[in-house]
Amino acid sequence: MDAELQLAVENLLARYVHAIDDDRLEDWPGFFVEKGRYRITTAENYERGLPLSIIYADSRAMLRDRVSALRHANIYEAQRYRHTVSSTLIERIDAHSARATSNFQVVRIMHTGDSMLFAGGRYLDRIRLDGNDPRFEEKLVVLDSRSVDTLLAIPL
Amino acid sequence: MSAGPESRAWPAEGLARVPYWIYQDEDVYRREQERIYRGDAWNFLGLEAELPEKGDFKTTFVGEMPVVVTRDEKGALNCFENRCAHRGALLCLKDRGNVKEIACVYHNWTYDLRGNLTAVAFRRGVQGKGGMPADAEPESQAPQKFRVEIFCGLIFATLSDKTPPVERYVGPEVAVRIRRVMKEPVKILGGYTQVLQSNWKLYFENVKDTYHASLLHLFFSTFRLNRLEQKGGVVVGGEGGSHASFTMMKSDQSGDEYEKAGMRSASGGYALQAPQMLESVDEIGDGVTLQILTVFPGFVLQQIMNCLAVRQVLPKGVGRTELVWTVFGYESDDEKMAELRLKQSNLVGPAGYISLEDGAATGFVQRGAAGASERSSFVEMGGRTVESNESRVTETSVRGLWQQYRRHMSL
Repeated sequence: MDAELQLAVENLLARYVHAIDDDRLEDWPGFFVEKGRYRITTAENYERGLPLSIIYADSRAMLRDRVSALRHANIYEAQRYRHTVSSTLIERIDAHSARATSNFQVVRIMHTGDSMLFAGGRYLDRIRLDGNDPRFEEKLVVLDSRSVDTLLAIPL
Repeated sequence: MSAGPESRAWPAEGLARVPYWIYQDEDVYRREQERIYRGDAWNFLGLEAELPEKGDFKTTFVGEMPVVVTRDEKGALNCFENRCAHRGALLCLKDRGNVKEIACVYHNWTYDLRGNLTAVAFRRGVQGKGGMPADAEPESQAPQKFRVEIFCGLIFATLSDKTPPVERYVGPEVAVRIRRVMKEPVKILGGYTQVLQSNWKLYFENVKDTYHASLLHLFFSTFRLNRLEQKGGVVVGGEGGSHASFTMMKSDQSGDEYEKAGMRSASGGYALQAPQMLESVDEIGDGVTLQILTVFPGFVLQQIMNCLAVRQVLPKGVGRTELVWTVFGYESDDEKMAELRLKQSNLVGPAGYISLEDGAATGFVQRGAAGASERSSFVEMGGRTVESNESRVTETSVRGLWQQYRRHMSL
């Protein structure tokens, strides 16, 4: 096992989920390369080879638009997430990139105090390794369930 | 205990009021199962394209009743109750698949693809011992079979032989608007389910409510994308429970219109950095950029620019509804069109820029009216009656829903 690579990737994942959980959504696009792809889909779509996403972006600009809409346009009740990421398996592709597969769970905390297990699944990531600054070339979020409660505003 | 529907009276104001007990009473909910879903309404089950091969099946629901939809060996579509004649167990446990026959896992009673009981395990016993009496008629408890109609590739089912054909049920003006979207063979792009914490009727009203669109959904106005002069209208069909609303954007829209709009709004407020997602193509050729259509009690057909989808509205208890989305394109789509549809899918679903709010809004009513079962909502925008309208600042199609609903429910 490449311990240095493992640490670098796990650190990227940790910084990524803390940014979301701490409501630093403006930092979120910066975890991706400029032409980075981000998709949320269901295990059912993924396994049936169907291309539909719940969220689909193929650039940082599209991710910034998502944040901008959440901040200024879309209406939803105050809520926060708490991500837990574990069991990250990493496979080096070449000197500059690696693939990582992780499990994740997200608890959603509503302003009313209600907490629920909102989402669980896998992160299937392709990561560009540039020195000390790895970023996602692609982040595919595969939800284990085909159901989403009420709405999915904050990214996973 | 809540009062039964017999003791509940609809407000004297008629269709211009909707009493809140209608979203809350268990008795109303039970009567809906009997009078609407298992009565003389057309229930939407899915797209024909979901079951392309002989032997394909899917499981879904008619109201709360679990059903199996199959394409049999002759190529015809069937729908029957997902319940074994023997002890009532589910016959099909999978969401979808391909089979030659269906066997109940509990005691291996088997059925053909039309839902006929074909074999009872050990019916004559084993070595002359055990088995059923010679005059036993287990077929008497067979799963119920539905009348199925395919309209423009959409599968509908009803238990009643009195329900008029789908085209007459929705009315000619709505039918023509189904045809314009379902104009050619479709290709399924995927799906997901959104769980709504509200009564099913609050969602069905929401889809029909053209008045809320520009007030709740601020995506287009925030990014100043709706400055184009828009024309449209609402048509109400059948007994009132079916409708289509549509918006036409001015036809001088060139390919980079949204990009220019995005740049213009940069000086005055918020702007999209990647507005290319909204460069839509007038693929149907009639200038309609947005059409939302419903068929009572649980079908929605959506064209939002080039994002096409059907939504199946499934009741899951008085205060819970599942919205089953299937997004599709056409078989003839090239790569560019397929990509555009996938990008525009960001507008819809649980994370949709212009539909995200609907998931929550219906729950706000369910929660807000929790202590007001004897009070009513006020539905007088655009008058107090049901008719087609050129303005979308109207609640005419909401009143249409209640017109048909009350007939089914004798309320």
